[in-house]
Amino acid sequence: MAKIEIRNLTKIFGPAPDKALAMVREGKPKDEIYKRTKHAVGVNRATFDVEEGEIVVVMGLSGSGKSTLVRCLNRLIEPTDGMVRIDGADVTSLSVKDLRALRQRTFGMVFQNFALFPHRTVLENAEYGLEVMGASKAARRDKAAEALARVGLGGWEAARPGQLSGGMQQRVGLARALALDPDILLMDEAFSALDPLIRRDMQDELLRLQDDVRKTIVFISHDLDEALKIGDRIVLMRDGAVVQVGTPEDILTSPADDYVARFVADVDIARVLTAGTVMKRSEAVAVLGVDGPRTALRKMRNHAIATLFVLDRNHKLVGLVTADDIADHMAGGVRDLAAIMRTDITTVPPETPASELIPLMAGLPHPLAVTDERGRLAGVIVRGLLLGALAERGGNA
Amino acid sequence: MEVTNMTSVTSMPNQASMAGWLNMPDMPGMPDMAAIFPRIPLGQWLEAAIEFLVTHLAPATRAFSAVTESGLNLLEAGLDALPPALVIAVVGLAAWRVTRKVGLGVFAVAGLALVWNMGLWQATMSTLALVLVATLLAVLVGIPLGIAAAMSDRARAVVMPVLDVMQTMPAFVYLIPAIPFFGLGKVAAVFATVIFAMPPAIRFTCLGIRQVPAELVECAEAFGTGRFQRLVKLELPLAAPTMLAGVNQTVMLALSMVVIAAMIGARGLGGEVWKAIQRLEMGNGFEAGIGIVIVAICLDRILQHVGKRVGG
Ligand SMILES: Nc1ncnc2c1ncn2[C@@H]1O[C@H](COP(=O)(O)OP(=O)(O)O)[C@@H](O)[C@H]1O
Ligand SMILES: [Mg+2]
Repeated sequence: MAKIEIRNLTKIFGPAPDKALAMVREGKPKDEIYKRTKHAVGVNRATFDVEEGEIVVVMGLSGSGKSTLVRCLNRLIEPTDGMVRIDGADVTSLSVKDLRALRQRTFGMVFQNFALFPHRTVLENAEYGLEVMGASKAARRDKAAEALARVGLGGWEAARPGQLSGGMQQRVGLARALALDPDILLMDEAFSALDPLIRRDMQDELLRLQDDVRKTIVFISHDLDEALKIGDRIVLMRDGAVVQVGTPEDILTSPADDYVARFVADVDIARVLTAGTVMKRSEAVAVLGVDGPRTALRKMRNHAIATLFVLDRNHKLVGLVTADDIADHMAGGVRDLAAIMRTDITTVPPETPASELIPLMAGLPHPLAVTDERGRLAGVIVRGLLLGALAERGGNA
Repeated sequence: MEVTNMTSVTSMPNQASMAGWLNMPDMPGMPDMAAIFPRIPLGQWLEAAIEFLVTHLAPATRAFSAVTESGLNLLEAGLDALPPALVIAVVGLAAWRVTRKVGLGVFAVAGLALVWNMGLWQATMSTLALVLVATLLAVLVGIPLGIAAAMSDRARAVVMPVLDVMQTMPAFVYLIPAIPFFGLGKVAAVFATVIFAMPPAIRFTCLGIRQVPAELVECAEAFGTGRFQRLVKLELPLAAPTMLAGVNQTVMLALSMVVIAAMIGARGLGGEVWKAIQRLEMGNGFEAGIGIVIVAICLDRILQHVGKRVGG
């Protein structure tokens, strides 16, 4: 059973949604419904699951219904139709009292414009949820201080929100949500109001936190780069309807329709591709203690390459030989590659983003080695391969 | 449309001649209103209603009378018992510390010393007591009403039109029901002052609460805040500066009422002005008037800065 099950969730704004709802069910488009009924369709029969412990990013253009959708989950906005189940229990039928209890215990929410309480200190803000729940003063102090420390705001307890930078304010917002130790975090464009650099920091921070706390996170974003970076899965919305649900790779490689494809076209491909995705297996290598200079030279000639990576018997990368070096040493009768090879070579781990590879490759006369965490050769990247991959992905969209 | 409106406006008799016309129904050529439509005895009805209330609310009014009167007397006696020099020093210091302006401290000291020098000290304390008691009552009733109006649209729909009427009604009119309920004297004056001075306390409380940003209210909701918790933890703290501005206005309105209230037996600075009017003593009248202005400026500035402190 999924942590959150969303079934046919529909929200129509307006005093008499029945007619608009009927039109939604007939599959009429949003603008036609608006023209005929003067009711706006916020969310149109959205259906998807969120699994325990995953980050699902709901993304789409402004006005596509993301905020409405996320607010239907804790009923800050009352759904017009459909169902939301948390741990199998229907949220849409809860009484006011049970709903309040659910919000207190299960949901932590982080807002685009922080929504910090200006009359409270940072600590008092972080304490807010616990205070509402009726936790004892000592308990809530401890938990709030712990949450603040977790987001790197230890020592700022006594400050007022107005004294902090935007990034720090949103850390308070995050701490306020985390202090409750909720199962589910709802984050509505939580980082959209921040400067790009601060925003990247916060994304990293969230991923780091997620490693520790493993929450189920529904993250709203209008930015595909952000979605690809932090989402385990991505839900794409248009005009209130879900148009595609999938992993970042699914979305990038097989966009469901033109709308998604246009989104993908805007992605900074160089940041999405990594060394691991553009490298190729290296067919030709020399093995130390097995292959001599002559064999190495023959392998190079067979594969029409000018350099060869040298591995030890455990496939660990130890160096690189060039055809020129071998030619120089052959005359001297050197039999062992160890005496010829260069060992000062640049290697990168597979998760290195393509954007960092480009400058690395620029100064390199030979292919770049990609090694795994044990130093074994995972693959190689030649310049043409990298540029080709970038052009292909970029050009596709 | 515009044009016809304009012509009808210009062809209308002005208000003074309208009033004259209403007073002289026998004027030749003019139709007699009463002959076409019988006169509505609105005044009689109101009178009957007030009489009914006076008899049936007698125990309540008597209790209010007793409490207010003794409270007022106690406060007046207390203020009077303090040595003027001490009061002047304390007010001066407070004005300086609260506003962080030396000038205002100096003004308060000089102004109040002048009042003392003019022999108006006792009258000033009496006025101050009346203003404080009236403000306290207006706030005690007004703030809960303001909260109710903010929290419930229905309460608001009832309260706001009443406030509109209260604020456009000339202040003198409040003296009329005050007398049958409480007789001539201080309590009637307090009652009329409370009614007159209460609207800002209600309005600003309601406004302050409704002005709390929707995103903060939404956030509070998202954390499962109950309605009462929302009021106490979010709305009242954020509304406090606005509410204090309302209280400040209430104080000012109460002060502006003291001369009028003197007509039904309040003494104090207003009483001095009223005496001077009746005896045509211009000098005395102005002296008392200046006293009122000095008290008003001191109270206003100090309260304004208290409001800013709370807000900051
Ligand atoms: N309170 C509301 N009343 C009427 N229409 C609304 C309201 N809130 C949102 N909408 C409409 O619902 C649609 C989705 O809005 P929203 O969920 O805010 O989009 P997003 O968060 O993706 O930008 C928009 O067309 C918007 O105009
Ligand atoms: Mg939004």
